Amino acid sequence: MNRLEVKHLKKYYTSQKAVDDISFSLAPGSIFGLLGPNGAGKTTLLRMITGIFFPDEGEIIFDGKKFDPDNDVAYIGYMPEEKGLYKKMKIGDQAIYLAQLKGLSKATAIERVKHWFVKFEMQSWWNKKVEDLSKGMQQKLQFVTTVLNNPRLIILDEPFSGLDPVNTNLIKDEIYALAKNGSSIIFSTHRMEQVEEICDHIILVNKGQKILDGTVNGVQQQFKENMFAIGIDNIPEAINTPAFEIINSKDHQLILKIHEGYKPNDVLHYFLQQQVGINSFHEILPSLSEIFIKLVEGTPLTRQFQTVTA
Amino acid sequence: MNKILLVIQREYLVRVKKKSFLYTTILVPIIIIGFYAAIIAIGVSGGADKNKIAVLDQANLFNGNIEKAKGDVSEYVFITGQSSETLKDTYKKMGYDYFLFIPPMDVTKNTGTIQLFSQSPIAVNQKSKVERTINSAIEQKRLQSANISREQYRSIKSDISIENKIKNGKEEKKSVAGVASGVAFACGMLIYVIMLIYGTMVMRGVMEEKISRIAEVMVSSVKPFQLMMGKIIGIGAVGLTQFAIWIALIIGLQFLLPLFIPSFDPSALPQPGQVPGMAGNSVMSTMLTGLQSVPWGLITFCFIFYFIGGYLLYASLFAAVGSVVSEDQSEAQQMVFPVMMPIILGFVIMTKAISEPNSPLVIFGSLFPLTSPVVMMGRIMYNVPVSQLILSMVLLVLGFLFFAWLTAKIYRTGILMYGKKVTWKEMIRWGFRKN
Repeated sequence: MNRLEVKHLKKYYTSQKAVDDISFSLAPGSIFGLLGPNGAGKTTLLRMITGIFFPDEGEIIFDGKKFDPDNDVAYIGYMPEEKGLYKKMKIGDQAIYLAQLKGLSKATAIERVKHWFVKFEMQSWWNKKVEDLSKGMQQKLQFVTTVLNNPRLIILDEPFSGLDPVNTNLIKDEIYALAKNGSSIIFSTHRMEQVEEICDHIILVNKGQKILDGTVNGVQQQFKENMFAIGIDNIPEAINTPAFEIINSKDHQLILKIHEGYKPNDVLHYFLQQQVGINSFHEILPSLSEIFIKLVEGTPLTRQFQTVTA
Repeated sequence: MNKILLVIQREYLVRVKKKSFLYTTILVPIIIIGFYAAIIAIGVSGGADKNKIAVLDQANLFNGNIEKAKGDVSEYVFITGQSSETLKDTYKKMGYDYFLFIPPMDVTKNTGTIQLFSQSPIAVNQKSKVERTINSAIEQKRLQSANISREQYRSIKSDISIENKIKNGKEEKKSVAGVASGVAFACGMLIYVIMLIYGTMVMRGVMEEKISRIAEVMVSSVKPFQLMMGKIIGIGAVGLTQFAIWIALIIGLQFLLPLFIPSFDPSALPQPGQVPGMAGNSVMSTMLTGLQSVPWGLITFCFIFYFIGGYLLYASLFAAVGSVVSEDQSEAQQMVFPVMMPIILGFVIMTKAISEPNSPLVIFGSLFPLTSPVVMMGRIMYNVPVSQLILSMVLLVLGFLFFAWLTAKIYRTGILMYGKKVTWKEMIRWGFRKN
């Protein structure tokens, strides 16, 4: 059973189709990347999944049942892109308050907050106010408040913005741990290298529509251009073969593209024939950011307003 | 429901625990009492202002023996054998504060000009005391020459004031027009101030949530309507708490005041609008009967009803405004103006209600939900027909429900909208949008 199934979700505003027929599903324990340029409709989509907005059309199935925002929000943790906390409120009180709003009893809330504060070495913050914290510290606190209710679905919108590498790793490890314990995670960001590293599955949305869906590796395979890198002792003066062409050469490394109908073995065979010493040979898969740019490029960067007839 | 309670609790506790709450709650009554005490202190010490007055009594008005008027504590010293011309220049050097010159005249026939010389303009209070002392001496002389005793004179003299009795059904009671309108005005004024102060507090609370970007986190756990109502009710409770503390402190301090100021006597309290010193016991007792004639039960009930109703209605409007403005403070000023207008209009109509409680404009104002909390309080003392009162209350409740429904939708959209200036047209469209 999937943790979340989104079926033909639509949300039209007066001036644009924010989400236009998006479907996807999310297995328990998976980390799911939601990608898309600015204004693609990601936030609207996430707001529908968190029950903030009602979809105009389509269906959301949460844990096998029709999504019921009133009750199901207790099992969802949402860290929006626009992050914020009550500046003048004490940090401990604030964390407890937010946990209680998710339906936790006061005693459980206190216990969980203490547990996480110890884990993240934040005990000394308890009686401080949010305004006393740096941006990175606030981010950490925000993450803790998001996961206090042990949510089955965690939605993280740009969770690492403003974090140093140490804290980024700290939170990354927690994300892995939460996924391992069965929470499903939707991870929305523009940082493609993080998506490549963390996510199992991604979808790419643009102009309100899903334009790509698959595993990270599957997507890379789908968009690969038969590029290989080969490390050799010395570059031959002239390379003349129908099997591949040289894209780039640098010191002792060549980047080459294998032509249709040829195999990597043909490349190795060619160099072996030339009696060139081979040090390394590997395939270059396109990075997600290249795929992203390729797919999104050509469409207007910012969404144009349009008249919607729905 | 449980969540709305949590929100109320937070909004309430966060404000009540603030130091500024403590300061305003404790300081305001202290300032009021201090002001009060200062007035009393001035009133009490004013009587003790002893002046030494040199008297040149050439008309032999006093026969060398002054019978001072009530409250006149000046010391009169008769000077003989000096001309007024020299005394005019020398009285100060001789240690007197003023010089009273009564030129020769027959006081039983006419009064010439009596002069009181001073270095600087004399206080009205002081002048009237001296005048009363002289008047009573002249009266005495005239009575003597007409061969009328003081007792006879008193029995002739007429000094009436009309008593306004209200006959309404079975009950008959005294009314004092000034007191009634004073209490009504105070109540209307209070509601006006409450709606403005606590309404803007709600607006700032909503803006804080929006600006600090916590709104989206919040609405992923609670419904926007719960968040909005929780805030409104929480802040309303802060207001009620503050009032309760103020009333308790004011009552408490008034009991304590006589201990600190031994000469304090509540009946010596000068009332506003009265010249100090003129406050006779009769005025005081009229005030008291006037206060007794006020239908306190009705006033208290209406005050609480219109306070809660008016506050809830305006707080939801202020919340809607707070939800649509972004960081810009001046934008908030601009947007809040249309909300303030009906409150101010209500206040203007209320001042008219004091003088013309049954004019069509006032009746309309006391029924229209946006102005009724203020206007009806100003009218309440003047026997508002029960039907109108009930209609006004029903309309207020309906008005609140309507605006809560409307503003909740504006709030829901506005609170998640960043960096865009929202126009009134858009707000209204959000408000009436389906779903």
